[in-house]
Amino acid sequence: MIPPPGALREAVARDGEPIVYVARERLLETMKWLKETPGQEFDYLVDVTAVEFRDKERPLEVVYFLRSLKRKADLRVKVELQPSDELSVDSVWGLWHGADWLEREVFDMFGITFKGHPDLRRILMWETYAEGNPLRKNFPLRGRFSRAEQVRQALNANPEAHYSMEELSIAEASDDLPEDMRERLKRGERGVIPEPPNP
Amino acid sequence: MKRVGEVKSSNYLVAKFEDLVDWAVNSSRANSLWPMPFGTACCAIEFMATAASRYDFARFGMERQAFSPRQADVLICAGRLPFKLAPVIRRIYDQMPQPKWVISMGACASTGGVFDNYAMVQGIDTIVPVDVYVPGCPPRPEGLLYGILLLHKKIKGESLFDAVKRREEQPLDEKGLRLAPETIDEISEPFGNSVHQFRSA
Repeated sequence: MIPPPGALREAVARDGEPIVYVARERLLETMKWLKETPGQEFDYLVDVTAVEFRDKERPLEVVYFLRSLKRKADLRVKVELQPSDELSVDSVWGLWHGADWLEREVFDMFGITFKGHPDLRRILMWETYAEGNPLRKNFPLRGRFSRAEQVRQALNANPEAHYSMEELSIAEASDDLPEDMRERLKRGERGVIPEPPNP
Repeated sequence: MKRVGEVKSSNYLVAKFEDLVDWAVNSSRANSLWPMPFGTACCAIEFMATAASRYDFARFGMERQAFSPRQADVLICAGRLPFKLAPVIRRIYDQMPQPKWVISMGACASTGGVFDNYAMVQGIDTIVPVDVYVPGCPPRPEGLLYGILLLHKKIKGESLFDAVKRREEQPLDEKGLRLAPETIDEISEPFGNSVHQFRSA
C-alpha cells in the first residue's frame, strides 16, 4: 500500500526506530491510513507528547508513538509546528480515544491546541492557572508569579473545581446535593481566582 | 506568713491548681496523639515503616491512625506538596478539631527540597502552622519517632492558663494567606544548590 500522496515529508530511522515527519494539514488523513490499512494496522496509540528545542529557529514537534499490537511494530510520527505560526493540529481522538488525556497534557504543558478534541482543558495544572505553559522554553523554572502570589492563588482555588461532574461520579446525584455545593460544581473549572482586596 | 493549721503528716504536696490541670491535660494529649497521615511521596513509605511492627509508633500512644481529619490530633505531611494540593491540606487542617499539631516530615514538606520549581510549595509552613520539622530525604523511622517525641515535649510545655503558651485556632487572613506575602517570598527564596539557578532561567 502507498501512503496518501504528499503526506510524508521525511522519513528517518534513529536508534533503529522509524520516524516519519508528516505535514500538519495531512496528519489526520495519514493517521487514519496508518490505523486502517492492512499491513500497517497501528491500532495502539502509546503516547502523544511534544518537544521544544533550545534553538529558537527549530520548530516545535508534536510526537505520536504508534504501535501495532498485531505486527509487533513501532512507529513515531512527528508534526512540525512553526512557533511563529498558530500552534494547533488536528486531534486524533476520533481514531484512538486514548488520545483524550494525552492531548490534554500537551495542551496544558505546551499550549498546543488540538482541533476536534471533545474536552480540551488543562489536566495537570488547574483550570484557573494563569502563568502559562510550564514546559515551554520561555517559561521560568519557578513560574512567573512571586511565591506569595502562587500561594495565594493556590489557597483560594476550589479543589472540587478541578473535576467535572462526571469525573466526580456524582452527576446522577446532582439533584440531591445541597444548593451551594451544586452551584460550586456548576461553576466548576470556569471559576476565577478572587482578586486580592485593595489595601 | 500566717500559719493556717497544724500539719500532722508529712505526706503532702503543695502545687498550683493550674499546674495540676495542665499536667493532666497535656499528659493525656501527648500520650494519645492520633496521627492523620497526609502521605504524598516517598516519605510516606518511611511513615508506614514507622507505623509497622519494627518501629511501631503505637508505643508512643499513636495506636490509632485517623484517616479522617475529624478524629485526628496531629497532621503528618509526609512528602512534597504541590500547589494543587495546597487547598486540600489546608481544608484537612481546618477540619481537624482543636487542639491540633502538624509535623512536617522530610526535606520537601519542610522547604520544597529539590523541587524548587513552578509546581511546588516551598515549605508547608506557608500553608499550615508547623510544630516539628523532621529533616531527611526521607527521614528514617528513628527520625520521625524523634520528631514525635519532640512534639510530646512541646505539648507538655503548653498551658491552658497562659495566653502565650495556649494553642489557638490559626485562621487565614482576609487575603486567604497564613503569612504576610513578604514572609512567604522570603522563606521561599532559593537556598543551597538552587541559588545557581536564576529565577528567569
